[in-house]
Amino acid sequence: MNQTRALVTTTHRDIRRDLLLIAEMVTPGSRLLDVGCGDGSLLEYLASEKQVDGRGIEIRQSGVNACVARGLSVIQGDADSDLPDYPDAAFDYVVLSLTLQATRNPRKVLHEMLRIGQRAIVSFPNFAYWRVRLQLLLDGRMPMTAALDDPWYETQNIHLCTIKDFDQLCARDGIVVEQRIAVDGQGKRLGGAPANWFGAQAVYLLHRR
Amino acid sequence: MSAALPPLHSLDPIGPGHRVTLGETLPLKLDCGLDLGPYQIAYTTYGKLNADRSNAVLVCHALTGDQHVANVNPITGKPGWWTTMIGPGKVIDTDRFFVICSNVLGGCLGSSGPKDSDPSTGKPYGLRFPVITIRDMVNAQAMLLDHLGIQQLFCAIGGSMGGMQVLQWAASYPERVFAAIPIACAAKHSAQNIAFHEVGRQAIYADPQWHKGDYFEHNTIPRAGLAVARMAAHITYLSEAALHRKFGRNLQNRERITYGFETEFQVESYLLHQGSSFVERFDANSYLYITRAMDYFDLAGQAGGVLANVFQGTKTRFCVVSFTSDWLFPTTENKEIVRALNAAAANVSFVEIETDKGHDAFLLDEPVMFATLQGFIDGCAEQRGLNGRSEKGGRA
Repeated sequence: MNQTRALVTTTHRDIRRDLLLIAEMVTPGSRLLDVGCGDGSLLEYLASEKQVDGRGIEIRQSGVNACVARGLSVIQGDADSDLPDYPDAAFDYVVLSLTLQATRNPRKVLHEMLRIGQRAIVSFPNFAYWRVRLQLLLDGRMPMTAALDDPWYETQNIHLCTIKDFDQLCARDGIVVEQRIAVDGQGKRLGGAPANWFGAQAVYLLHRR
Repeated sequence: MSAALPPLHSLDPIGPGHRVTLGETLPLKLDCGLDLGPYQIAYTTYGKLNADRSNAVLVCHALTGDQHVANVNPITGKPGWWTTMIGPGKVIDTDRFFVICSNVLGGCLGSSGPKDSDPSTGKPYGLRFPVITIRDMVNAQAMLLDHLGIQQLFCAIGGSMGGMQVLQWAASYPERVFAAIPIACAAKHSAQNIAFHEVGRQAIYADPQWHKGDYFEHNTIPRAGLAVARMAAHITYLSEAALHRKFGRNLQNRERITYGFETEFQVESYLLHQGSSFVERFDANSYLYITRAMDYFDLAGQAGGVLANVFQGTKTRFCVVSFTSDWLFPTTENKEIVRALNAAAANVSFVEIETDKGHDAFLLDEPVMFATLQGFIDGCAEQRGLNGRSEKGGRA
């Protein structure tokens, strides 16, 4: 019998740009839950670079298997249904990277994250990005960008929003935006009002009021 | 081929391995309220215990399993039941870990059970053996570990009833289990599973050779009843897809159906073989006792009905594994364990393995299961400060 272990050599430069931004926000040595953790890149990066005690939830079997085979603590599950199982304030951070727009009930997921974590870190593609606006305006078709790369009939994204929308939801629901980083298509950071026009993605660090 | 095997009670049930008498000074307090002691536990070990006794792995067997997990079974002559998983260079590497597997209390392969002599009468216990539970089995194993001088297990692992024991270990002795791997099991035995067990028990009761459990005195064995029990149970271990792939509606040794009640289909012949070979290696009364122990299993019931309470404050690292085609212990029941562990803020991994092989998949060659368990065990070993994996088998 020759079972091969999924030997993953982490080359940190391969890590997704938004994940690096998320990692910046995390205090070393903290407890973190990564919801929709994929193949565990962020968890592994945080464990090795910041000694973070991480857990993960991932919906795809292949992703979970890859994570567990890397020695990470990950369960197969769904952000929409599995967060209520966790006790209040069980983690310092709960991360949801590029997944909020794919949840059935993003607002409920957000509140669950802030219940089980002291802080939540959320990243999402900005639907007000100028390329998105332009495609819809000029072409009259559903936009496709690097951050929104599936055609409308195949996309998992069912609750898209803009940076402005998200700010409004936070204000309305008593969620404090501690930090917001928007980046354009090249990864350049943007602040202030231009963020909603030129930001392709945004990363938020949140806590409850 | 099964006819060539000698009957169970004439064999040395231990074979390679050891047997120890426990509970001589301090008897085992059973859940049924009785004290048991002294009693015997038969076990096998593989590999070497390291200097700080931190590399012990306890393998818990399923309903009809035994302690011969990685050596040739002295009764059947076949390889051990988990040689896919355990051995030099394998997932549970015997070059690295000290592996212990014991026959459960109430079993018939050397541990005290209904087949043994009742010291008060000199005759086999039969149904006079006290009713035991999964917790009793685990408490007996804990006494075995005391005897071996092992304070903490690196890992407890098992599938099906073995998984129930793993959960009970983590619940009863959390500080003695560094890592726990319950596979294809549940925190309680479902009504459907109790129902299947009852069918098996009724088949045994209905056999005239059973004699209310005193068959050794009558020089008989309830072969027919036990074989039927095994046949019914065996169906639940497989899946429709697996049965169909293996047999379909193929006929046995004939070209066309004969409109009679002889064995027509290959699947019938297979089940008959499963039943008849089983009676050569297993004791009918043990089957009654062990199925009962599984039926009684309800971990939440031990903690006021809330499963998460069982695991409150646990430091054990868990890896729960289920199989998509397992209808005996489906993923939903395995996930109930995961949910409770999450609620207790425990360290848990969970994988559902995609396979059409049914409940028995945990005993078979499942590369995805091996890869994930290898990752989990390696991660835990690193945390526990155990040395790296041996380089055997050309794997890093």
